[in-house]
Amino acid sequence: MKIFIPTPLRVYTEKQDAVEVSGRTIEEALSALTSKYPDFQKHLYTGDGKLRSFVNVYLNDEDVRYLPQGEQTPVQEQDTLSIIPSIAGGADRTGEPCHPGERACCCRG
Amino acid sequence: MLKVSDPVYEAIRQHGEETYPHECCGVMLGRVEAAVNEVVEVVRAGNTRTDSAHNRYHIAPQELIRIQRQGREKGLDIVGFYHSHPDHPAQWSPTDFAEAHWLGCSYVITAIEKGAARQTNSFRLTGLSEEAKKFEPEPIEVTGQNIPGLGPEIEAAPVGS
Ligand SMILES: [Zn+2]
Repeated sequence: MKIFIPTPLRVYTEKQDAVEVSGRTIEEALSALTSKYPDFQKHLYTGDGKLRSFVNVYLNDEDVRYLPQGEQTPVQEQDTLSIIPSIAGGADRTGEPCHPGERACCCRG
Repeated sequence: MLKVSDPVYEAIRQHGEETYPHECCGVMLGRVEAAVNEVVEVVRAGNTRTDSAHNRYHIAPQELIRIQRQGREKGLDIVGFYHSHPDHPAQWSPTDFAEAHWLGCSYVITAIEKGAARQTNSFRLTGLSEEAKKFEPEPIEVTGQNIPGLGPEIEAAPVGS
């Protein structure tokens, strides 16, 4: 199956915008990606192996986090995975504190 | 540096005027060269933060995937994002920084004062990891003066010719 790579992470895939991997589940496909390109690991996962909060993984058009089987969802050859970092921001005029690293700050509210 | 043609640059600024007093946001598609992010076209995104759209923006991942796919079909990549700051300076906010994760991409902010576009600034998200990221101001080169009919240097063709 194909995994689409967002612009910032292509430095780790020799500039390729899509990587062909094989696996029976989403988890297997992602681990095929990280074993092929080990630098991916720290960009996708936190130290304890959880997907970083701002990294979205979509199976076709579905958020993997909301799939009943999550990363254990079986995949077919024609499925695609997209890794897509989130996009948000704001002007902070409400005066709420918001600092880098505080993931549960005003912007998630 | 951010390179953008005059009509695309104006489209970014105009979007902010249209959505005022709410924030607008969009995706910039183009090409990444060594030190230049070149914008070829922009895609307006629906601001999904309807609860506080005047000072927050958010682009749904599904929409990003769709835009990324559209770009790919034309040989274009996501090179950055733009949004507006209604009645607020064209500087990144702590929220903008905390929520910026596209390393190497350009984040363009336009200040909209009482409905009119003022300053537009671009910030490159640099650094090799989320922990080491920072925003660096980058110059914007607006091109297109040489495209017939688009730039201020070109005179309009006389009526009736
Ligand atoms: Zn902002």
